[in-house]
Amino acid sequence: MLEYLSIIFSAILVNNIVFAQFLGICPFIGVSKNLESAFGMSMAVTFVMAVATAVTWLLQHYVLLPLGLVYIQTIAFILVIAVLVQMLEIIMKKISPALYAALGVFLPLITTNCAVLGVAIIVAQKDFGLMHSVVYAVATAIGFGLALTLFAAIRTQLALSDVPRSMRGVPIALIVAGILAMAFMGFTGITIA
Amino acid sequence: MKALGIIFDGIVKRNPTFVLILGMCPTLGTTSSAMTGMSMGLATLFVLICSNVAISLIKNIVPDKVRIPVFIVVIASFVTMLQMVMQAYLPSLYATLGIFIPLIVVNCILLGRAEAFASKNGVLLSLCDGVGVGIGFTIALTILGAVREILGTGAVFGYQLYSADFGALIFVLAPGAFIVLGLLIALFNRLYAR
Repeated sequence: MLEYLSIIFSAILVNNIVFAQFLGICPFIGVSKNLESAFGMSMAVTFVMAVATAVTWLLQHYVLLPLGLVYIQTIAFILVIAVLVQMLEIIMKKISPALYAALGVFLPLITTNCAVLGVAIIVAQKDFGLMHSVVYAVATAIGFGLALTLFAAIRTQLALSDVPRSMRGVPIALIVAGILAMAFMGFTGITIA
Repeated sequence: MKALGIIFDGIVKRNPTFVLILGMCPTLGTTSSAMTGMSMGLATLFVLICSNVAISLIKNIVPDKVRIPVFIVVIASFVTMLQMVMQAYLPSLYATLGIFIPLIVVNCILLGRAEAFASKNGVLLSLCDGVGVGIGFTIALTILGAVREILGTGAVFGYQLYSADFGALIFVLAPGAFIVLGLLIALFNRLYAR
């Protein structure tokens, strides 16, 4: 139990996927203009990341490793993730139109979200077990959601401030992200257990 | 002449980092020094040239509906080739760049150029586009890495300019990546915005 707690704590705060590992920066900059879409994106990423990590884990351990095909890992993973996202979109549309209305627009964007492929590869490299991997994926996604939501809240405020012309938009957003990253650095080295 | 124009456009007018703001993850993640930034840029340049050429060659055979998955598989194949070559001949560099090499697959620059340029133009022009955008990306990453390395450790390409004791380590760490990139984009806007 403590072991899982330690993974969760580390993935959300200490090794935050955006601020410490630099993954998923595109949606972090792109979808953070208002709180509502930031929240929707976070939920969609959490869902896809958990499912994608479980499926790629099974693929890695029951197909690629036994057949000695680990060298096509990158191609196999990205194809599986792309297919999975497409399927989730179709299933969600049929089963829960309300959920689809909330998360649907974000799903196509997630295929090229490097955080999803990144977590699948990290989990394969670190040789986690299945349960371990899924917990890690969900915690990482929560970390992503935390970063995205915090950043969106700051950007709503930022939209009202008078920023020098050449700094408007992405440059000032990146500098704000840098300061946020500095805050997250305060967690460096903290471990549970 | 047109070919040269396309290369030049890729470096300045359509610079993937400073103007289009694409491929942020490797840009921030691999530029703690000028050398690693440049290596990442060159790795991306290689994949970009190969995928642009391959996609412009097969653009007439691929049905429109499945083009995106096909492009992704083409890109992923070249990335896998790069991974194997690097693992064999440059193991230490491969270890340094780590996860960002397989993640070239999801770098939006590659799919973006495939969709916006290579799937509509001939082989030669697509090659030039790949070279231009790739060089633009490499230059951007090298500059970012150099600035961070100089501010953080007082060195560039391992060549000591001033004592590391005066360096601000924060620029080599994660926050420095965001801040330096933000300032460089602002500078680029200031210089080229009309």
